[in-house]
Amino acid sequence: MSEKITITIDGKEITTDTEKKLLWVALDNDIYIPNLCAIREEERPYAGCRLCFVEIEGLEEPVTSCTQPVTEGMVVKTRTPQVDRLVKTSFELLLSDHRLQCNKCPKNKACELQKIARERKLKLKSKRIKHLERTFQIDDSPESFALDPSRCVLCNRCVWVDRNVAKAGCLGFSYRGINRIITTFNNVELTKSACTQCTLCVEACPVGALYFKE
Amino acid sequence: MNSTAIENNYNKLKARAEKNLGSLENKTVIWVGTATCGRAAGAVEIKKFFEEELQNNDLEAQVLETGCMGHCYADPMAIISKPGFPPLCYGYLDEGLVKRLVQDFIKGDDPCYEYALVALEPNDIFPTFEDFPRGLHEEKIILEHCGFIDPEQIDHYLATDGYAALARALMMGPDKIMEEINNSNLRGRGGAGFPAGLKWEATKKAEGDIKYVICNADEGDPGAFMDRSILESDPHLVLEGMIICAYAVGASKGYFYIRSEYPQAIKQLKRSIKQANEMGLLGKSILGSGFDFDLEVFVGAGAFVCGEGSALINSMEGKMGMPEHKPPRLAVQGFRNRPTALNNVKTLCYVPYIISKGADWFNSIGTPGNPGTAVFALAGKVANAGIVEVPMGTTLRHLIFEVGEGIPRDKAFKAVQIGGPSGGCLPESALDIPIDFDSLQEAGAIMGSGGMVVLDEDDCMVRIARFFLTFTQQESCGKCTFCRLGTKHMLDILTAITRGEGEMESLELLSELSEDIKVGSLCNLGKTAPNPILTTLRYFYDEYKAHIEEKRCPALMCPELIAYFIAPQKCSKLCNVCVGSCPVEAIYNRDDGLKAIDQEKCVKCDNCLKACPTDYNAVIKVSPPHLVKEMEEAM
Ligand SMILES: Cc1cc2nc3c(=O)[nH]c(=O)nc-3n(C[C@H](O)[C@H](O)[C@H](O)COP(=O)(O)O)c2cc1C
Ligand code: SF4
Ligand code: SF4
Ligand code: FES
Repeated sequence: MSEKITITIDGKEITTDTEKKLLWVALDNDIYIPNLCAIREEERPYAGCRLCFVEIEGLEEPVTSCTQPVTEGMVVKTRTPQVDRLVKTSFELLLSDHRLQCNKCPKNKACELQKIARERKLKLKSKRIKHLERTFQIDDSPESFALDPSRCVLCNRCVWVDRNVAKAGCLGFSYRGINRIITTFNNVELTKSACTQCTLCVEACPVGALYFKE
Repeated sequence: MNSTAIENNYNKLKARAEKNLGSLENKTVIWVGTATCGRAAGAVEIKKFFEEELQNNDLEAQVLETGCMGHCYADPMAIISKPGFPPLCYGYLDEGLVKRLVQDFIKGDDPCYEYALVALEPNDIFPTFEDFPRGLHEEKIILEHCGFIDPEQIDHYLATDGYAALARALMMGPDKIMEEINNSNLRGRGGAGFPAGLKWEATKKAEGDIKYVICNADEGDPGAFMDRSILESDPHLVLEGMIICAYAVGASKGYFYIRSEYPQAIKQLKRSIKQANEMGLLGKSILGSGFDFDLEVFVGAGAFVCGEGSALINSMEGKMGMPEHKPPRLAVQGFRNRPTALNNVKTLCYVPYIISKGADWFNSIGTPGNPGTAVFALAGKVANAGIVEVPMGTTLRHLIFEVGEGIPRDKAFKAVQIGGPSGGCLPESALDIPIDFDSLQEAGAIMGSGGMVVLDEDDCMVRIARFFLTFTQQESCGKCTFCRLGTKHMLDILTAITRGEGEMESLELLSELSEDIKVGSLCNLGKTAPNPILTTLRYFYDEYKAHIEEKRCPALMCPELIAYFIAPQKCSKLCNVCVGSCPVEAIYNRDDGLKAIDQEKCVKCDNCLKACPTDYNAVIKVSPPHLVKEMEEAM
């Protein structure tokens, strides 16, 4: 059973209950922590984007706040040199593999990457990390939306809603390492998969990878 | 629990096994080592040659199979045990040698000592393992029987006191076993060195209607094959460890997670499980104790990342082999969300010995905090490659230069790579470091699961780092940002450096990325992936610098940074071998009869260097490549 506890984030005292994850407690109290892959309803966080780092008093290294249960008296800092460094690198790495043409992107101004850049004063173009030039196939077979993997940050959100809300089971990951890609079973076009075109995945996508046409 | 019943049941099994084996006494037996390493060298044919030759000569002798003795450099090998002689071991066997041994030794009475490598029992005539430097440093616990018993026959295991520890454990009860394992300070051999006792304790205490034990036999490190060797050579030892573990933590079901690339080991395990079931050592009321336990083999698809605990569980549950954030620990919430004790093959192998001989005995071997032995697959530029077992605390120098008998062909030692893709490269100055979990970690390497590759002056450290990064990048599951993209960028930087396209600033970026990936990655694959880079940067910085600033590869290994040159003062003029060896016709005859290489055409295949007769050794490599011009002009 959960019980009321008090924690401190960036000097602000917050009353909350146990069994909550730190990321949500912070966000609910207007303290922004960058995140892409977190899903409130999911008990076992995916923890793949590696953007939600914070420092907790008593712990040697920064931890991901989406996986961190809150405990009584916990003292949290969302901005420290070590946290900022990790978030910066992680963000730069993600963008090094993200086709960046914001003005042509349907998610322009509604994109989580832009939000992180704004909140944390990070540049969308990295000086030190080279941009990876890769080509991808756009799948625009569905009527109202399309999937452009060159903008995908592999956050798993679409897969999660596909499995847990839409219960269609058409999206998933294929391949390992840098070749990992979001795709359908057997790599067929969405319309040839189990996709029902419910568009829940499009709404879940934090970037312009799954987007509404027009 | 009925102790007498357990003891009686065990004694019956053992007596039966001894009786069956007694039939081998006073008979000539030829044991051929047919584990995967032996097979690769032709052991199956050797066995056939022995059988044919015996038949042709109408000789009575039994030809049996055994596992790997760890002396893989001398494969194929066989042990001949003939009444009146100490059992003798022969290596480098071929058809001719087999014929000779059958004629002279089996038929006649001449043991052909000139071909014998070692005797297996003390005697007055021929040296035993203990008489060699390797024997001085080696101390075999879990490899004791490997290569000396027939893994296909449970009787061989039983006759060498196999399963006695299980009988003992069943009489001790779970609490006593836990106490012994805790006191033994046994640390996990899967890489991280986590105390086995703590893990078992957590599984035992965790709540769950069913509990599982899983043996991690994924063994994905390139170059590591110790677990395979044990599973093929002494499978019942692993089974016994599993059953004791299950009994201690209260598990009713166990799995071997093994990669499909290990067909021989899979076969051996399945056979062993069947045998143990038939003998009442598995299944219902083991040895009459009332304890039920079943074992099954799960064949994994063989991804490196599936060796990571949570990825392994996902893969067993039919999901993608992808690591999860921890906690929850597997001990609390593992396979099918039940408490699960996951241990490496070798970790489990120590268990029967600890139960039989006690925690104090185990602590007397190795060093405080790192008791027991370390098992390595010694490979690379070392004379005696193979599987070795030495007490923890043995120095790297002793292991490489005495057990491994040093670097072949008078080359100079450069580095030793320990721990595979998660490990690091240590230089000459680190050779006196004792081998244990903590010391190696301090030096930047890790114990890992036991791969050890020796490198000499001809190995380029930047390329070595690149080799491992290629591996981790391919094997990264791709889930988390740091590992998926970080290793890719590091690999790209390394590749550029080996091509002479690197910049000094990129070395800074390499270390920055390394540090962030170490802290930021989700699982240990990513967290340890930078180790090969960090250690080579730390110990071989000059080599990176030479590649970048001088476009020079000091080891003359990076194709883009070397050129081939035929030294006029060495070339015989009359020989034409190099000309013919070149696949692109880059070598031509000059007017004066000397050979020369058209650098434009040369594809750096190394053929001419290998082809040039050793009398001349006229083909040389130079770096940076532009040196060739200067040398040509100086002619
Ligand atoms: C990428 C990766 C691969 C691993 N591969 C193996 C393996 O092949 N065998 C193994 O026993 N442990 C492997 N481990 C370690 C396991 O996660 C786990 O720590 C180990 O099986 C626990 O057993 P132990 O305590 O007996 O060492 C691997 C870990 C990682 C991060
Ligand atoms: S398509 Fe969108 S939601 Fe799906 S993994 Fe990619 S970025 Fe995430
Ligand atoms: S560190 Fe690598 S292997 Fe581990 S979860 Fe992240 S991407 Fe996957
Ligand atoms: S939100 Fe925590 S790792 Fe993605």
